[in-house]
Amino acid sequence: MSLWEYANPQKFMRTTDVVLPFFAVATALCIAVGLVWGFFLTPEAVNFGSTVKIIYIHVPAALMAINAWLMMLVASLIWLVRRHHVSALAARAAAPVGVTMTLIALVTGAIWGEPMWGTYWAWDPRLTSFLILFLFYLGYMALWEAIENPDAAADLTSVLCIVGSVFAVLSRYAVNFWNQGLHQGASLSLDKEENVANVYYLPLLVCIAGFVLLFITLVLFRTRTEIRARRIQALVARERMG
Amino acid sequence: MIALFLRDLSLAIRAGGGFGLGLAFFLILVVLVPFGVGPESAILSAIAPGILWVGALLACLLSLDRIFALDYEDGSLDLLATSPIPLEGVVAMKAAAHWVTTGLPLTLAAPGLGLLLHLESTGYLWLVVSLALGTPALSMIGTFGAALTVGLKRGGLLLSLLVLPLYVPTLIFGAETVTRGTDGMATATPLLMLAGITLATLALLPFAAAAAIRINLR
Repeated sequence: MSLWEYANPQKFMRTTDVVLPFFAVATALCIAVGLVWGFFLTPEAVNFGSTVKIIYIHVPAALMAINAWLMMLVASLIWLVRRHHVSALAARAAAPVGVTMTLIALVTGAIWGEPMWGTYWAWDPRLTSFLILFLFYLGYMALWEAIENPDAAADLTSVLCIVGSVFAVLSRYAVNFWNQGLHQGASLSLDKEENVANVYYLPLLVCIAGFVLLFITLVLFRTRTEIRARRIQALVARERMG
Repeated sequence: MIALFLRDLSLAIRAGGGFGLGLAFFLILVVLVPFGVGPESAILSAIAPGILWVGALLACLLSLDRIFALDYEDGSLDLLATSPIPLEGVVAMKAAAHWVTTGLPLTLAAPGLGLLLHLESTGYLWLVVSLALGTPALSMIGTFGAALTVGLKRGGLLLSLLVLPLYVPTLIFGAETVTRGTDGMATATPLLMLAGITLATLALLPFAAAAAIRINLR
């Protein structure tokens, strides 16, 4: 019994059918507990007022936005090396979740930035690198949609994912140079270790766990959908042949 | 490989459209900017480095889908793929031909257009140097994008969505070099990063592009 057995779509469907409800319940629990704890049971911060509570959505979403691409990279590599279809479909299923997480992080950041920095958007390194990540996701999803042949689509998007991750890392550090000498006003300084006291830290951890579980649940769910869609395609193709 | 390079060059120059089009687009874009932001020379010279780099980037983008599309349609890409030259070499030559027909003319034309945008006199050298260093990366990344979308019916729009995020680091460091050079600050860091990006793309992307073409021809 090895891990690769789960690359068999049948086995994958059977296992996830059992596992998925548990993940869904755990997700709901973690997010509910984390958000209620964070929003209602923590005091307001001295400098930020009640706006500090947006970190319970912002930080986990930003975390998952980056890790979703990492998961897609791993899944793409597995597809390229071992040609397991479930892996390619999982990468495809993760992209819309990742792009939503990126969007949530961008939007909540903008909502937080307006009262704090006096602006919705600044060309700050972190903000800019997230915008680029958002564009990468859009391009990746568009390439999946554009190619008819499913195997070719999986191959090409995997290549794009690998090249894209190199550039995503690069642009993450590239934008560090953006501010030097230009002196932009706003800069992000919500550093966990420095600014967030224990009162906020624990519910934040619960929220992060909730978002990780949410990501796993959604990706499993969407992968099942992709597998079913692929089966329907195969059935339709067979119908046409006969 | 040299024969292939020369073939692509003469095709691009003689077959019309590809060669002058990028330059003309660059010229029009630069002419349009003063109409958009107003003709004050102080504002124009402040934004000139960025505008010139963005213009060069967009002009480069225009001709990308021609790199493989024509060869794919008439079947010569299959011949190239089965020829004794490794496909990575074919891709590199294609990118080189694209650079000679777009990147190089853009680099040479940029100072003249900088004049139109009131670029400060200290910036010209850095503009040419940064474009000469950065445009090969634009061509190579673009060739990769073209290789990804070569089999598609309407690849052009998708191509720009795929390629533009990849262009961002090059653009940042290119424009940063010119801005710093114009202000008389040290330019070594962005210039070295620009050179690093170019060398990395030239070293790695031919393999990715060749892999994409193999998948598309399968």
